[in-house]
Amino acid sequence: MSDTAYIATAWIATFGSLGLYSLWLLRRGRKLSRSVPPDERRWL
Amino acid sequence: MTVDNPTTGAGRPPGAASEPPTGPPTTGSTATRVLGVITLVGIAALVLLGVFLTPADAELGDTIRILYMHVPTVSTAYLAFVITAIASVMYLWKRTEFWDLFAASSAELGVLFFALTILNGMLWGKITWGVFWRWEPRLTTTAVLMLTYVGYLAVRQIPNDTRTRGTISAVIGIMAVVNIPITHKAVDWWRGLHQEKTIFGTVDPDMKGLQLFTAYLGLTVFLVLFAWLLIHRFRVAWLAERAADVGVDAAIAERRAERAVPSSAGGAS
Repeated sequence: MSDTAYIATAWIATFGSLGLYSLWLLRRGRKLSRSVPPDERRWL
Repeated sequence: MTVDNPTTGAGRPPGAASEPPTGPPTTGSTATRVLGVITLVGIAALVLLGVFLTPADAELGDTIRILYMHVPTVSTAYLAFVITAIASVMYLWKRTEFWDLFAASSAELGVLFFALTILNGMLWGKITWGVFWRWEPRLTTTAVLMLTYVGYLAVRQIPNDTRTRGTISAVIGIMAVVNIPITHKAVDWWRGLHQEKTIFGTVDPDMKGLQLFTAYLGLTVFLVLFAWLLIHRFRVAWLAERAADVGVDAAIAERRAERAVPSSAGGAS
């Protein structure tokens, strides 16, 4: 594996992981929001 | 699960708006949307600069392109763990659900960013040292730090009442943060393979211009991303607790309704 491949892997893995985690977080938030009454959905 | 101390108002966050939110049920808000846009623009700029536009380093060569992420992810992870420790102290003091969930949310993100730090470090090490890993001081203390916070998250999964879970987690969160300066200073205290501080210009005083700008841009982008993730993660944790309460309340109401149904057995006289 060349140096360029390692560098590309680092960038893809980093932002790919963060992107997937963000998507999971947003989807879980939507799902939970639907099961919680509106007056409980309050943020600081 | 019911709240342990209703008088603390743990069922409703302090300063909550009196009107319920409108719009689709999400964890988003104006603040997160602004942060999100800034993050996306920043990431695009960082990729453009870090991967394509900045020149190779005189000493590190193209491996500096990995460091544009490696240093920000470890800095973000350290920040997350310190936030966990502070929030843990606040939880032990105030005993409110907010601080417990805030600590846990930050810890989870810290583990994520620290895992990325280790991944990037391994790839950088493979290029530079020829090996992915070596049990030298910095990497060994890094592994210990990682395992400590993974243990923190594991402890939170053990079935328990919220107060016990919060207390145990808080104690771990406070004790674990001690490992951060040990990990960070490992390269100074013990001779090892890991290079000394790179950012910002400590080892390479020639780091300047576009390289230095990209380094600081990376740090900024990851910190803004962390803020965005932390807000969403906390809200998800908050909703999960509320959803659990709703589920328990519904089960209790159903059981009471069953008991209230008059029995038809026994017959009329």
